[in-house]
Amino acid sequence: MSDQDTSETRSVEIAYFDGTVRTATIVNREVPYPDGKLIVSRTDPKGIITHANQAFIDMSGYSEDELIGVNHYILRHPDMPAVAFKGLWDTIGEGTKWHGYVKNLRKDGAYYWVKATVIPNIRNGELMGYTSVRRKPSRSKIEESEALYKTLLAEE
Amino acid sequence: MTFNLTVSPDFAPDHISGWYFFNTWLQRQLETGIHLELYDSFDAQRTDIRAEKFDLIYANPYDASMLVRELGFQAVARPASKSDETVIAVNVESDYQSVEDLKAGARIATTDDPDVHTMGMIMLESADLDKTNTEIKEQSSYIVVAKNLLNGGADAGFFLKEAYDEMSDLIRSKMRVLVSSQISVVHHSLLVGPRMAEYIPAIQQALLTMQDNDKGKSVLESMDVSNWEPMDSEQTEFMIDLIDTLID
Ligand SMILES: Cc1cc2nc3c(=O)[nH]c(=O)nc-3n(C[C@H](O)[C@H](O)[C@H](O)COP(=O)(O)O)c2cc1C
Repeated sequence: MSDQDTSETRSVEIAYFDGTVRTATIVNREVPYPDGKLIVSRTDPKGIITHANQAFIDMSGYSEDELIGVNHYILRHPDMPAVAFKGLWDTIGEGTKWHGYVKNLRKDGAYYWVKATVIPNIRNGELMGYTSVRRKPSRSKIEESEALYKTLLAEE
Repeated sequence: MTFNLTVSPDFAPDHISGWYFFNTWLQRQLETGIHLELYDSFDAQRTDIRAEKFDLIYANPYDASMLVRELGFQAVARPASKSDETVIAVNVESDYQSVEDLKAGARIATTDDPDVHTMGMIMLESADLDKTNTEIKEQSSYIVVAKNLLNGGADAGFFLKEAYDEMSDLIRSKMRVLVSSQISVVHHSLLVGPRMAEYIPAIQQALLTMQDNDKGKSVLESMDVSNWEPMDSEQTEFMIDLIDTLID
């Protein structure tokens, strides 16, 4: 955790690509990634969550009922630049695997870092949706990503 | 016609006879000849699988992808409540308290089990370790991996959790677990190949009722499986997708 952790809360208005707006409470507190676990979710082709494993539920702070049927952007942290997700959608849109480091927002306003991989689910030649699997990132990769995202966000 | 059965080489040696009992039992159920062939190396087995030598495979989850997507196999059952988990352990007297304590140059003892090795390497990523900055020592068995830790030949070792738990108390008392995976959805399964496809309903029926009679039950015990659970194609595809996210 960085030494600027203050646990101070702030209110942020988050606008999603589909026009939805919500006001979220953000706390500058990191929740460590659980050792040995994989956080798994699946979505339909539009990014609506269809499956979440227990590690996903635990880390996001939401209940399963609150997650199934909503867009994956429910975890979008305001410190994440939009260009990162554009890269994700462009890559998986071409039918290939995407890797990246993501800072996710929990229901309680705290955050957690993951190394995420998203792959298309192809069944009989047809796209059925996507699977995302997250693993524990290293501290150095988190710091690199933090610096990069700050720069990208400033440019947006 | 005689079909060919093989078993992923990562089962515990204590259960070899169990697979022979299983093969005899299955031949009776299906009233057809089945030849069982065991391997002690993943590579040799994979070469023969690719040459389409087998019709029935108790497969490692890592091989399931090739079997289903390239060779047209279909998963029919999985052993109940048995998932493949990986343990990273160290010598009990070492200073390493967490994976992040391991540094570049670390000597890692592992086996040729592709699942365990893949998961082990993934769990090292949080320490910025990968194959370029570690010394990977591939060993013939988990016992040799343990010996490497005990005699100081390696800094950390990868184990199939089941194999780690089955080691003697004496050996385990000299090791310490740094991390144990908790994935639960990655597991072995029994897959049937195209030449044997017409037998799928009969195989599934036989397996799923196996624990209901004394003969079947004792065969299961000798394989250390409590009972079989059905696996459908979507469950199989999901597991393969998940494993795909873990390999580059
Ligand atoms: C399978 C899958 C998993 C995703 N996981 C996340 C995630 O964990 N966190 C996140 O912020 N966005 C995730 N996204 C991307 C979101 O759908 C969305 O594009 C992103 O949050 C940006 O929101 P916006 O497009 O409304 O700005 C995921 C998308 C897919 C298809």
